[in-house]
Formats: sequence, structure tokens, C-alpha cells
Amino acid sequence: MVPCYIDMFYPQVGIATLELLEKLGVEADYPFDQTCCGQPMANSGASSQAKATEELFIRNFADYEYVVAPSGSCVHHIRNKFTAADDTPERRRVSARVWDLAEFLCDVLRVHEFPWAEFPHQVALHVSCSAIRGLGEQAMSERPNDPWFSKPASLLEKVKGISIAGFDRPDECCGFGGTFAVTEEAVSAAMGNDKLERMGATGVHHIVSPDMSCLMHLQGCAHRNRDDFKFLHLAQILNGSAE
Amino acid sequence: MKPIDHARNALAFLEDQTHEQAFDKLIWGLRVRRDAAAREVPEWEQLRTLASGIKEHTLSNLAHYLELFEQRATGNGVRVHWARDAHEHNQIVHDILRSRGAKHLVKSKSMLTEECQTRPFLERRGIQVTETDLGERIQQLDDQPPSHIVGPAFQKTTRDVAELFHRVYGSEPDRADPVYLAGVMREHTRPLILQADAGMTGANFAVAQTGAVVTVTNEGNADLSGNVPKLRICSVGIEKLIPGVAELAVFIRLLTRSATGERITQYTSHFAGPRDGGEMHIVLVDNGRTQRLADERFWPSLKCIRCGACMNTCPVYRRSGGLSYGSTYMGPIGIIMMPSFDIRRHSELPFASTINGSCTNVCPVHINIHEQIYQWREEMNAHGEFSTTKKAAMNLADKLLSHPEAYRAVTAAGEAAVKVLPHFAIYNRLNAWGRHRDIPGPAAETFHQWYARNRGRPNRPAHPAQETDTPTEGTDRGRA
Repeated sequence: MVPCYIDMFYPQVGIATLELLEKLGVEADYPFDQTCCGQPMANSGASSQAKATEELFIRNFADYEYVVAPSGSCVHHIRNKFTAADDTPERRRVSARVWDLAEFLCDVLRVHEFPWAEFPHQVALHVSCSAIRGLGEQAMSERPNDPWFSKPASLLEKVKGISIAGFDRPDECCGFGGTFAVTEEAVSAAMGNDKLERMGATGVHHIVSPDMSCLMHLQGCAHRNRDDFKFLHLAQILNGSAE
Repeated sequence: MKPIDHARNALAFLEDQTHEQAFDKLIWGLRVRRDAAAREVPEWEQLRTLASGIKEHTLSNLAHYLELFEQRATGNGVRVHWARDAHEHNQIVHDILRSRGAKHLVKSKSMLTEECQTRPFLERRGIQVTETDLGERIQQLDDQPPSHIVGPAFQKTTRDVAELFHRVYGSEPDRADPVYLAGVMREHTRPLILQADAGMTGANFAVAQTGAVVTVTNEGNADLSGNVPKLRICSVGIEKLIPGVAELAVFIRLLTRSATGERITQYTSHFAGPRDGGEMHIVLVDNGRTQRLADERFWPSLKCIRCGACMNTCPVYRRSGGLSYGSTYMGPIGIIMMPSFDIRRHSELPFASTINGSCTNVCPVHINIHEQIYQWREEMNAHGEFSTTKKAAMNLADKLLSHPEAYRAVTAAGEAAVKVLPHFAIYNRLNAWGRHRDIPGPAAETFHQWYARNRGRPNRPAHPAQETDTPTEGTDRGRA
């Protein structure tokens, strides 16, 4: 599944995801009639307007063994909040079979190495709130007694040459929040700028995330500030296709 | 009444960078201290579950515990009153004061009396009301509501307070020193406490088993307000009931650690009866709580113990300030409580959130705050609170995203940024995305176009609806 904003703005992320899955021996298919999961409407409180889009999504994906998307946000929506369409076995199947790329690589394929990938840089890793608190891909800072783990970081650590920089408030929201970015644009941008400042303080030039939507927002903030960060999706690094 | 425009209020707050940054730093500091305190308690997560269960049990048997509380409190020599709503509460308090000829009331901070607007009600009827909690007194002197439920004046810097006290008390304008300022306040407020005719407090907990109300404070002003005057009034929301002192211990361990990271506050006081020769009244207030309790989706907000942890962790609250919510309760908990008081007025609040889930994770009583915010958005739509433009945008998105051909037509490379973004994302302010951020440049080619060109095998037929009849389970391993 290629999320709408990746299709439109970041095709290279969709390509990296597809190529990576192919390299790992997955028979990957791209259903041609896909559009969006309906999250923009449902997240705005308009679930009745998300119904037809959800139904289309279910028709497109109900028959696959796994539905994989390079986006924790969309996957969290499809897995946990897909309630606009009628409750059918197909809907349940899609919700049960959808995986964020990072989870799919860690938990289903159990990938141990990416021999084709090399990235000789220090990076800041931003894991989205959906991936952390929605999908449980990483330990949450609010639960300090839980053992530390991070699926996206464990994948990056398998790439030759890479190092991950620690920064302050690592799992504070970046301020994207879907339509929040527009309805509350001032707060959204302030949060984005704060996030960039904390990452920038480590001296990194590369910001990596398993969620391109957060990066779209951070990139917009950085571009306006004339910061020269490079924004990369996790898939691009793991596929070895990052510049 | 017009809805509160949180986004606009937040913009004003953000323009004052000094205050915004000081506020964020102060409030985030509370979150950091809370984490450290939680780390010290290995059974922290079990405590949260336990506390949630106790609240759920008490709320499920509320009538029983309320009657038990009334019986025990009455047995302790307390007069118990029942108030259906804010007006009835204020009326009861006023009647008590008037019938005893009380002209001057000292009170400690109570969010319930903020909710009921008790102070202006009494002042309009000729009763002088003095707040004795430092933060609340600062807000009273500056004619502002609280900006945080634990620290009402958190939004002010010490410099602001120095200027305010100079204006009101003639203290030194440039001594932005908390110890000095607390001294100024004490000097001016203590005499008022000693002369007061009556004292008023809220309650953190009401213990059914003992009939006592419990306050948890650092300054001890609840003790002064409650113990110095002979006439004492405690206002208690009915959701503050807990069964007994054993249960209280669970909440005491959670409350201060969640609020400020302290293991315990200076004072945990049980007010169990009138002082010698005095009288004590407890007003039990409903004000919409029973109605919320009956709502399957929104009842869990009644578990709230007012620690403020959800506000402290909320990145939106920290960057928009407590006053931007224009409501008694602010931040994440305010978003899910306020609409049940007045849905129209608070219809924009559920959108002042990224639904990131951090609030739910810090809540000591497991309120699913971020899920309720999401549900309140839906409720605003169902209640007809969406603007015409928002409705139109949602309808357009519905049509566009459920029809692949129409969608492909507008997302053809080069068109995306211009055509799609303004329509399905930007609906309430023209090009709001671009005010502080740049729009991503459209790709030369969409993924869709790349796939058609490079893989050239749209494996799935154009009309997949027909396909759903032929399940591929078991025969198609490895396909994703």
C-alpha cells in the first residue's frame, strides 16, 4: 500500500519500499485502484465521508496475505480505527493483516541484515506517535519502567556505517497531526521548529523516519527556515537508495 | 455563543516568544520530574490500573457511596447539601454566608468553584472573596482565570508577578524573586485570613468510609482557609468520592508524583468535622456529572483526579498556553470535559490536539483521553458543528478519494500540490499550511505513474470488487 501523500510527493519512498520488499524475496503487488485509507476525513470527525474510501480500500486489499505500507500513521488508522465501513469479515481481515514496513521487517520477515545498504552518516531518528503509541514499535517515554526497545532503530543499526544520534524529548510529537497541521498551523509549526532545533543540536544533517507525513511537515518547516537537513524515509536507507 | 477559537488564541500566545518558551520549559520540567518519580515506583503501571479500577468501581456504585458519605459526614456533625448545578451550588453557598451574616470569605484554590463561577456570583452579592493560594491569588489580582489546574499562574513569569504585586501592593517592581514575592503575598493575605468570617475549600477526595474530605496542598492555605474561620464550607464534585482510606493511599501515591514529581506534598489534610464551636458544610455538586456518567463514550473523564499530568505532557498545551482554551479545564482533559458543559462553545477544542496519545500514557487513572478527543470530533460533526466550508471539503474528499479515476486525474504529477492540498487538507484558512512552512514540490512523476512505467503489470484487474469473491487465502503465500 502506497499512501496518497507518498504517491504524490515522495514516489521515491514508494519505490524504495517496493524494491526492498522484492530484494527480501516478497512477492509484492501494487493494487492499481488504491487512493487513500480515509484517515484525513475520519481524523477530522467526518467518518461518514470516509466510508466510501474505506470500502474502496477494503475492496483493493482484502485478498492479500499481508498489506504493507511505509507509514505508521496509515497503518495505525487501518488497524485500530477503521470503523467507517460496515463491520464485515473483509474489513476485519484488512485491519488484521496490515503492517507498517518497520514492523513487517522486524516481526514477520525477521530481517537480520541489509547487505546492500550503507549509510556513512550520523542520523536523527524520528519515530511517529502513531508508530510508538499506536502500534507499539518503540518503548514510550511515559512508561519509564518498561524495557527499552525500538523496532525502527534496530533496523537502522543493521546498516553499515550508520550511527543514530540521541536528542532531547525524542518522542514528543513533531506537530504534524494530519489536518491539525492546517487547523492549528501556528502551534503545528512551532512544534516542528522545536523538534528541528533539538535534532539540529546534535549536529546531524540527516533526519530519518518510518513516517513520511511527519517528515513532510518537518521538511516544510526546515525549508522555510533555510535549514539544510536531508529528510529520508527508513525504507530509502534500508534499500540502499538514499543519496 | 461563538465557539472558542483556540487556534487564534494560540497564535497570540506564540507571538510572545519569551512567555511561550518559559512556559514550555517550566511545564515540560514537571513532566520530566513526573517520569523520574514514576521510575522510582516499580509497580507504577499496576498502581495506575488499580486506581482506574477503584474509580470505575466507585462511579459504578456512586449512589451507594454518596449516601454512605452523607451519613458518615452527618454523623461527624457536618451539614451536607446537594446541588444539582452550578447555580444551585452558588445559591447554597450564598445562603449559608448570608444567614450567618458573613461578609468576607477566604478560599483556597478549587477548580469546582471556578467551574461554578462562585467568586463572581458572591461578589455581585456584596461578599468579599479572597483567594489564599499564591497562584490563584495572582490570577485573582490580575483578573484572569487559572492557566493550569495545579499551578493557576504558571503562565506568568516571576517578572510578571513582580510587576503585578508592585501595581497592587506597591512592592519592589524589579525584585523578580519567588521567595520575596511569596513573602509579599503572605504579608497582605494573612491578615485577611485572620479577619475572615468564613472559609471555603474544594476537595481532592471525599472518603465515604470516614465522611471526610481530603485536600492535598503544599502551601497549607486549604488548612488556613478551612480551620481559621469558624464557618467552613467545602465544595465537592460528586466524582471525587472514593470508598475508604485504603483506596486513598493508592491515589495519594499517584497524585503528587503525576502532578509535580513530588513523592508527597507538604499537607494531606482530612477535614472530618467542624472545629470547636464552629460549623462545617459540605456541598455535593452534580453540575452535569450524572449526565456524563450515563454516556458510554465520555464517562471515563469522571475518573480524573486533577493532577494536570496530561496538560504537562501535551505539546499543544505547552505551546498555546492554558488561557487559549478559554475554559475552566484546559489541555487534553479540558478538551474532553468542556464540551459536555456547552458543546457549541467548545466545538473547536477537540481539534486543538494532534491525538499523539501521550496524555493517555501519563494519566494516573487510565483515562483514554486521546481516544475521547477523536470521538468528540465525530460528535461535533454529528451535532452539526462543522462549518459549511469544512463540510464541503469533507464531501469533496469523500468523492475524490473513493473514485480512483477522479483521484488519478487530479494527482497527475505536477498538479498535486496545487489541486489536492488546498482542497482536501486546507479547508478553513486559505493556504494555512504555507504560512509557516513550505509546501513540498510536486514529484516529476507519481509512484503510480512510475509503477505503470517500470513494472507495467497492474496485477489487479481494474474492477477489484469482483475479485473479493475469490479469496486467495492459503493458495497465495508470500504475497503482500
